[in-house]
Amino acid sequence: MIHQYKFNNYNIIVDANSASVHSVDEVAYDIIAKVDEVIRRGDRTAAEVLNDEEIRRTVSEEILAAYEVPAEDTYEVMDDLADLVADNLLWSEDLFEAAASDLKIKQSVLKAICLHVAHGCNMDCEYCFAGKGDYSGKSGIMSLEVGKRALDYLVENSGSRRHLEVDFFGGEPLINWDVCKELVRYGRELEKKHNKIFNFTLTTNGVLIDDDVIDFTNREMGNVVLSMDGRRETHDRMRHTKSGDGTYDSIMDNFKALVASRTEPGAERRSSEYYMRGTYTAYNKDFSRDVLAMADMGFKETSIEPVVSDPSVPYALHKEDLPQLFEEYEKLAMEMYDREMRGEGFNFYHYTVDLTGGPCIYKRVSGCGVATEYLAVTPTGDLYPCHQFVGDDDMIVGNIYEGITHPETVGIFSGGNNLYTRNACKDCWVKLYCAGGCAANNYHSNGDINKVYEFGCELQRKRIECALMLAVAKNEKQAGCE
Amino acid sequence: MKRIKTITTRDMAKSSINGGCGECQTSCQSASKTSCSVANQHCEQRKEK
Repeated sequence: MIHQYKFNNYNIIVDANSASVHSVDEVAYDIIAKVDEVIRRGDRTAAEVLNDEEIRRTVSEEILAAYEVPAEDTYEVMDDLADLVADNLLWSEDLFEAAASDLKIKQSVLKAICLHVAHGCNMDCEYCFAGKGDYSGKSGIMSLEVGKRALDYLVENSGSRRHLEVDFFGGEPLINWDVCKELVRYGRELEKKHNKIFNFTLTTNGVLIDDDVIDFTNREMGNVVLSMDGRRETHDRMRHTKSGDGTYDSIMDNFKALVASRTEPGAERRSSEYYMRGTYTAYNKDFSRDVLAMADMGFKETSIEPVVSDPSVPYALHKEDLPQLFEEYEKLAMEMYDREMRGEGFNFYHYTVDLTGGPCIYKRVSGCGVATEYLAVTPTGDLYPCHQFVGDDDMIVGNIYEGITHPETVGIFSGGNNLYTRNACKDCWVKLYCAGGCAANNYHSNGDINKVYEFGCELQRKRIECALMLAVAKNEKQAGCE
Repeated sequence: MKRIKTITTRDMAKSSINGGCGECQTSCQSASKTSCSVANQHCEQRKEK
């Protein structure tokens, strides 16, 4: 299976089962489309089709009727395609489905926890998935004792894995900042004792950022996610205080100071990673302007996500919005392309794709790790498959003292949550760049972790198209410089 | 190839031979965490080389 598309004067072919990417000219693009049409009929392999003299002649004649090119060029393209097929880089077979469940088992050791240090928030964002921070009335602050036990639990269940991840999450984690700091110190002790490496991450709304937070975060956190929606009017409409006042003015200086300190040349930091992360809704379907607002403020690492909400709320996104959202993603990609060519590039999380150093096939088919590699821990120490299920009593899997007490709930995920348990994914060209989407979104929209959240899939496919175009452009720019 | 340029990508079949160490970052794709599809992740083994 292949996917072919045109964008920004690039003709791009993606081979679904090998994740290979090809950039071709117009003639080759049309030849590939014609050959693909025959292959899709399903009675012959790609190699057989490309070696069939009658098909080759027909394709060649059709191309010659449309383009002024030598006939031998058309045959040469088909020979090249046959070589790519032989190398498993085009119309390749799916070699991994049979092994998918074994691959999943291979990756089922706990290695990450989302630590809900505060179920409560000092803001009152309209779209908060966490019920304005307190997860449907289950408010609470995590004690140091619970937090330490959670880290112990992570180490105890991590087997031989060295890299462990802990995300300080909420609600707003900075309202329990002292506990976060103590837990980082405790984690450093555990690292030495158990030969582990902790990567701590902080996700914050920025209200309580001060010099101490900046200094500690930049010394100790491997990544920091800073919640901000872009333009002032976009941000203040959804992200306000409990009294309804916008928060843009109260956070922007904090974010700028944190990022300036984090990315200062020569500064000794554990990491310079950060993301300005926003949410777009029906109120800002022109969200590319929000991403550019972040970039224009000097933030080089940006991200914006579509809101996931009850379809009845006024800010919900709907299927009818997709054409406009696609257009926005394309606009953003084009602007990023122009800025990159001018040497003024910035990163957008969904357009960052590591073609050569990306994950192995195990990772790509085994999904997100919900309930197996990853658990969410509430302030009282309850364990959930991930943060998106916190507050749903049916989805509790255990607690940090007794461990997994509901193996049947974990089983929903460990036995049937990979790329191939989702029928819609098997025949999707983007599968090896997506890994099957969000199980929680599937569950919340369709009541089944394996019934895909199609709206999210549509956006994912568009984002990967944009990401691959930018990767191809960068590749060609580099080739031009050599 | 005159009209086709293959972009260098990771060989998936080869990655199955030494892959699966599990040291890479967990990929969360929920919107609330800045969704992390596998596309924008790095292989921990390759990063350390």
